[in-house]
Amino acid sequence: MTVDELQQIGEMEKASRRKCPNHLHVCVAAGCMSSQSEQVKEAMEGQVKTQGLEGKCKVKGVGCLGLCAAGPLVSAPERNFMYRGVTPADAAEIVAAAAEGKTVERLHCPMDVPFFRRQKRIVLENTGIVDPERIEEYIAADGYSALQKALSEMTGPEVIEQISRSGLRGRGGAGYPTGLKWSMVAKAGSSPKFVICNADEGDPGAFMDRSVLESDPHRVLEGMAVAGYAIGADRGYIYVRSEYPLAVQRLKIAIRQAEKLGLLGNGIFGTPFHFKIEIRLGAGAFVCGEETALIASIAGQRGQPRPRPPFPAESGLWGAPTLINNVETFANIPPILRNGGDWYAAIGTEKSKGTKTFALAGKVSNTGLIEVPMGITLREIIFDIGGGIPDGKKFKAVQTGGPSGGCIPEQFLDMPVDYDSLAKVGSIMGSGGMIIMDETSNMVDVARFFMEFCMTESCGKCVPCRVGTVQMHDLLKKIIGRQASERDVSLLEELCDMVKSSSLCGLGQSAPNPVLTTLRYFRNEYDVLLVREMEAVS
Amino acid sequence: MSTGATVITMKIDGKDFGGRADETILDVCRENKIHVPTLCFLEGLSGWGACRLCLVEVKGTNKLLPACVTKVAEGMEVTTHSPRLEKYRRMVVEMLFSERNHICSVCVSNGHCELQSLAVAMHITHINIPYRYPKLPFDASNDLFRLDHNRCVLCTRCVRVCDEIEGAHTWDVAGRGVESRVIVDLDQPWGDSQSCTSCGKCVSVCPTGALTRKGTGVAEMEKDDRFLPYLTRMRGSRT
Repeated sequence: MTVDELQQIGEMEKASRRKCPNHLHVCVAAGCMSSQSEQVKEAMEGQVKTQGLEGKCKVKGVGCLGLCAAGPLVSAPERNFMYRGVTPADAAEIVAAAAEGKTVERLHCPMDVPFFRRQKRIVLENTGIVDPERIEEYIAADGYSALQKALSEMTGPEVIEQISRSGLRGRGGAGYPTGLKWSMVAKAGSSPKFVICNADEGDPGAFMDRSVLESDPHRVLEGMAVAGYAIGADRGYIYVRSEYPLAVQRLKIAIRQAEKLGLLGNGIFGTPFHFKIEIRLGAGAFVCGEETALIASIAGQRGQPRPRPPFPAESGLWGAPTLINNVETFANIPPILRNGGDWYAAIGTEKSKGTKTFALAGKVSNTGLIEVPMGITLREIIFDIGGGIPDGKKFKAVQTGGPSGGCIPEQFLDMPVDYDSLAKVGSIMGSGGMIIMDETSNMVDVARFFMEFCMTESCGKCVPCRVGTVQMHDLLKKIIGRQASERDVSLLEELCDMVKSSSLCGLGQSAPNPVLTTLRYFRNEYDVLLVREMEAVS
Repeated sequence: MSTGATVITMKIDGKDFGGRADETILDVCRENKIHVPTLCFLEGLSGWGACRLCLVEVKGTNKLLPACVTKVAEGMEVTTHSPRLEKYRRMVVEMLFSERNHICSVCVSNGHCELQSLAVAMHITHINIPYRYPKLPFDASNDLFRLDHNRCVLCTRCVRVCDEIEGAHTWDVAGRGVESRVIVDLDQPWGDSQSCTSCGKCVSVCPTGALTRKGTGVAEMEKDDRFLPYLTRMRGSRT
């Protein structure tokens, strides 16, 4: 593969697309597929054939179109039009209209609304536009040009310099500066080195990484290959949970296509750089999203974390220096290299650069996948983009960061969304799950739900997490059952402090967060459930 | 015998000490008779860092670090005892007592138990955390030894000694969270194990009455794990 060949593939793809004046993009990501979008796509393809409209109208599957609440979604890009709630029965009408350059108003999903207008798409730039199962479409959208640029025009340190300049911070949750992490692994003397993509997205209500993998898998492969070049690694692993079969299938197709074109493998772009990527499946343990547990799992060991230091940058997979980043972090790399680190750094806030994808879930009108610039307020996300709370109910809290995060009440809604502000109110950015709760939610029960999750997902290695999560869960259950007194709440607070400070890994260290934030902001909901000391069950 | 490791100086509880860069904080503490409580740690086995009793404060990080696996460094300032650390250590012991059925008065290891000794040293007479009283099995299928899950603290010393010293890897851990328990081979009765050599090292290193010799009555099970550092050293010198 040479630069010319890459450009030629892109040009041919664009030319073949121009041949047909009307396209229909059917969302075939997991959200819409669960409401029959696959059948919609088949029906439409069937209609194109039976109505003899080949050449006038072309149907293709694309990744997530965003507004999952209104699925199955179909877009007509040339008409700048989107259909909502499409059924196979609508196929004939839509296809016939599309062939004449028209649309069906009955199923219109307005795009001139805050949900679409307020977003800024970098990670999701191709999502809902390219066919995730065709590498040619990714190449036509400037795909693999960042890798080509890195290999032919830049040295490893120059690549890292651009990543550092961009101010990109890890999108897995902790927000560690990506450029710094890369430079540490690059500096580690020994070889071999490894690149790992953490796709073990396990927070309840989070589906950003899944959507990226299902919608635009090549961008993650390209980001990993660039990382491999920058740090001096020739092998990468994608650790993806087996609960994401569609993402796994599309990744497999993508890797095969990239290998076939020589964009992965030996001597990429005629340079001495080799890079191979393999997939490893997770067996359904939340703790394997923790980097040292993930590394143990790839190596075939029981998925349990180990104390850090040493950090994976120094001693990771099979003891070798290992770079481990999340899906979204890698997905940010190609655009940063294409447009330069300064371009990325101009987006977002002073300490949190760029954009962040969020999965809106829970009691919000527009559930779905969004990408917004850092620094946008929670109110804008929930009420403008998310369309507010359905059924005229009142907003109560938003939970960010999954079981490791906290519940944020109304008073902080005008706070900018960035790593530091969220930490200040006791929550975390996390990977991007956002669960919105209305006035009907009982916050003690919410805390109990997340504690139950941590309890069942604790690996059992360290005492504070193994025993502490169970004890905290039992206390929360006791409070909800109106059998607890003030003394039990004090014990709960003590346990929160101890488990947070003394657990081995992030799971235990952050497990008390939902309890701590609900105690801090919704104390009255606990208080009304308490009984007097004498009546409490001991 | 030179290891070639750099020599460093550090402060522990305000006093200056010397150490080698390949030593852990716990190594230096023990060399200088500074007591730090431990449970999952055992000299001669790999570090595990799981019981969290040996957590210490290190200046410059807000995280507490396990002394048993954290390497020393030049200029490091360590605090081994503080009200906060004492409180957490006490809670760890209380948590272990609450987790399973540790009834000292009827236990064969009464008087020779590391968990009991920790409680005595911390003046624990009762615990503030509710007992869980789980129903747990007992395995007496081995000709020589018994496994009582009621007394197990999941320190994994047995797992490590069997894997690292005996080389049989008969023991491992199954399940997760509070449901975790040690298992023999692929979770079968100990007596049916194909890999177990009945060497008894697991029994000798077990800190509680979870692994015991048959024929011992209440308070009769004494253990001796002094063979271990010697064995580790001799095996190491051969490779």
